[in-house]
Amino acid sequence: MTETFYDVLRRQGISRRSFLKFCSLTATSLGLGAAAAPRIAHAMETKPRTPVIWLEGLECTCCSESFIRSAHPLTKDVVLSMLSLDYHVTLMAAAGHQAEKQLDEIKKKYKGNYILAVEGNPPLNEDGMYCIEAGRPFIEILKETAADAKAVIAWGACASWGCVQAAKPNPTRATPIDKVISGKPIIKVPGCPPIAEVMTAVVTYMLTFDRLPELDRQGRPKMFYGQRIHDKCYRRPHFDAGQFVEAWDDDAARKGHCLYKMGCKGPTTYNACSTVRWNDGVSFPIQSGHGCIGCSEDGFWDKGSFYDRVTDIKQFGIEANADKVGGTAAAAAGAVVVAHAALTALKKAKKSDSAETVTGDK
Amino acid sequence: MGAYETQGFKMDNSGKRVVVDPICRIEGHLRVEVNLDKDNVIRNAVSTGTMWRGLEVILKGRDPRDAWAFTERICGVCTGTHALTSVRAVEDALSIKIPENANTIRNLMQLNLHVHDHLVHFYHLHALDWVDIVSALKADPKRTSELAQSISNWPLSSPGYFRDLQNRLKKFVDSGQLGPFANAYWGNPAYKLPPEANLMATAHYLEALDFQKEIVKVHTIFGGKNPHPNWLVGGVPCAINVHDTGAVGAINMERLNLVKSIVDRSKEFVEQVYIPDLLAIASFYKGWLYGGGLSSQALLSYGDLPERANDYSPGNLMLPRGAIIGGKLDKIHEVDIKDPEQIQEFVNHSWYKYADESKGLHPFDGVTEPNYKPEGPNFKGTRTKIDNLDESAKYSWIKAPRWRGNAMEVGCLSRMVLGYLQPKQFPFIKETIDGVLKHLDVPVTALFSTLGRTAARGIEALYCADLQVKQLDKLIANIKAGDSSTANVEKWDPSTWPKEAKGAGFTEAPRGALGHWIKIKDGKIDNYQCVVPTTWNGSPRDAKGQIGAFEAALMNTPLAKADEPLEILRTLHSFDPCLACSTHVMSADGQELTSVKVR
Repeated sequence: MTETFYDVLRRQGISRRSFLKFCSLTATSLGLGAAAAPRIAHAMETKPRTPVIWLEGLECTCCSESFIRSAHPLTKDVVLSMLSLDYHVTLMAAAGHQAEKQLDEIKKKYKGNYILAVEGNPPLNEDGMYCIEAGRPFIEILKETAADAKAVIAWGACASWGCVQAAKPNPTRATPIDKVISGKPIIKVPGCPPIAEVMTAVVTYMLTFDRLPELDRQGRPKMFYGQRIHDKCYRRPHFDAGQFVEAWDDDAARKGHCLYKMGCKGPTTYNACSTVRWNDGVSFPIQSGHGCIGCSEDGFWDKGSFYDRVTDIKQFGIEANADKVGGTAAAAAGAVVVAHAALTALKKAKKSDSAETVTGDK
Repeated sequence: MGAYETQGFKMDNSGKRVVVDPICRIEGHLRVEVNLDKDNVIRNAVSTGTMWRGLEVILKGRDPRDAWAFTERICGVCTGTHALTSVRAVEDALSIKIPENANTIRNLMQLNLHVHDHLVHFYHLHALDWVDIVSALKADPKRTSELAQSISNWPLSSPGYFRDLQNRLKKFVDSGQLGPFANAYWGNPAYKLPPEANLMATAHYLEALDFQKEIVKVHTIFGGKNPHPNWLVGGVPCAINVHDTGAVGAINMERLNLVKSIVDRSKEFVEQVYIPDLLAIASFYKGWLYGGGLSSQALLSYGDLPERANDYSPGNLMLPRGAIIGGKLDKIHEVDIKDPEQIQEFVNHSWYKYADESKGLHPFDGVTEPNYKPEGPNFKGTRTKIDNLDESAKYSWIKAPRWRGNAMEVGCLSRMVLGYLQPKQFPFIKETIDGVLKHLDVPVTALFSTLGRTAARGIEALYCADLQVKQLDKLIANIKAGDSSTANVEKWDPSTWPKEAKGAGFTEAPRGALGHWIKIKDGKIDNYQCVVPTTWNGSPRDAKGQIGAFEAALMNTPLAKADEPLEILRTLHSFDPCLACSTHVMSADGQELTSVKVR
């Protein structure tokens, strides 16, 4: 007998009444009207847990490690009750032939109905043999598995953009998955790694609303990657007031002032770190005293030192300031640019603190 | 090579060849091939690293202060340890001294990694080699409760608790969607636990999954996130402010209290769940003492956790440094990672090229030119479809590091044995190991086994959980004494650096000895090399045919069922392999390579 989403909810102590209420709410929020509620209820009562095949290419497993840190929902509940994690090399009990057989069976049994989650990326040099699984190039397994997937999730910077192994000169020609998979919806969830609760939220959104999240032009869910770290940073008032950390462990650092001058990439980085925060909301890089290194942005390894100010990024020109830099990135991303007050603040900062603020060191 | 003898092992590749690929529940990509004799005993073992990323060439020309972030991405499981090794290497090259608080905070983060990593390894990567989850369905919850309460005071131990869990498990199994537990080796005769022990361990598998996410919050507090927290050359990025206005933007009393709560709860979990489970499971397997491999003859540790800042001498390290060779436990050799005579890497059986492959190279002069060539008289398959590798030719993306010519085992067992042999400096380790041996009623030689490696990891988790509490006390005492400093910025600006400099950094990663070697020229990285724990343990053969630690540990182990590699997984997992770590090396030379077309 195959367990359905409804069984799972009942098992977790949710009454039939609450279940039906959930279905009508879902119907309404999807704009389907009350009449659709019974259809949704029927689907959930009969639909098995969505199978997930999680492949790992060239990567460091930080995405898997992040995923298991999820506090809400707990990873335990995601794995046991919400989806069916049918292939995941880092966690699965089987290995070798038994693992290969499992992959084959899931692909056949759930053809067109499984989600493919990809951590890492395929190297294309050396006929793909810089990453070998079961004696074959990873790229082959990736393409075969993608062919019959319902949708593809690109976990983290590796699958989304290439990440560290694709940094210049990219010796293995590590390649983001959207360059080798075609004809499938790909949801990019970038970050090195992505925030745990963002990962589980993307998955549960798809299961709950039975639809893909709305994506920006770069393929990222708008709900978590629609704004810059800088837009929602709790240290933003210090930026606006021109109060900056000038050296590690100086008086301003001890007071939690803005890390812009220490190279913080918050102004050009689209992610949810300053709102969702990390590890059940405990902190995020800026709160713990280090600037954002921009790990969810495409090619962040090749944009100069992590300690260079964002004005030093060449493509933005020497006159650029934090606001303009952010705006340029946003325009490139095709996202909506929300004007804000930093320009004035920076001018203020410039007055009080020499031209160095906007022109950088070089 | 046919049949030959090395390091006390008789290698014979004449029997049935069995391939296990992918090896699951590890970090990265690993393949193993073994030959079985007619009794299904492993008589030849071949371990192959099957991925390569080339991070060192990527580092060339970059800012040395950024190197920690690149190298941290070598591994997201042992997250942070590469970053720490990297900042130490840069500080060594530039003679930067770090403040006491920075040293203590780094120790706290490193200890935190050990506790977290060992716990996750034991329950989520290794337990299923010993625990049969399906058998747990047959357990009597009342007797499970009695068992749990007889070994620990852990409160989640009522019959009702285990009954609820068993019901959830039953429904999960009945659903027919077994997820990560599908198609495994349930019912294999190599599983020895009674159903009640299986149910208890399964409950703790899930509890540990919930709890591990709490442990890492220490990284989040000091480093902003986990995996991959932030580090800093010259200290740590977080500032301390416990008295004044603005303390809410720094490490303050609330943050310290949060750390306190986490390290206390971590210690409690290790003491009341991990260690009792380890002992209970071990008591059913103490007759299965295979998998010792090189551990009784060749052990290596660089040491870690400096008690006082900036003193990396063995007497100041809370994890021991030293080498044992030739099985002579009464002689601990001094280890110097900068000595070109001690550490050398060979590529005779690795997919790399040296100008002269008869010689090994010290990492300061390391060269890594990729040379993918699956070949040899016994190779079967094609370039992109490997059926059987031939260990007489090149067969792995891992190089073969040697210490004074010896293949070495690194990791928890090395560290714990070296600590055990130096009871004056490491009384906790000595006493705990003696206690465990006595509890299980096994001789000290039982340590040299798969089970011994697994036990050593638990013992080290206990040691580190205890040290974590003590290091936090130390941090608070130092702040109380008026020292809030966390970074030394005297040499932050590259204009203060010499034109050329070189240095080395080391840590003990959870998986073993980790070293980084850096050369700096004109403010940029001129050369960067890493030799990581799984390069040691997962090493292929060298010119003399000496086998690596994985290969040695698999030798002479009988398989209960030739088509189910349960015992192979059990022994490999006891090392906690990390392949993304072991196979990333590359020099400036090995560039233009063939490529495939993207359709």
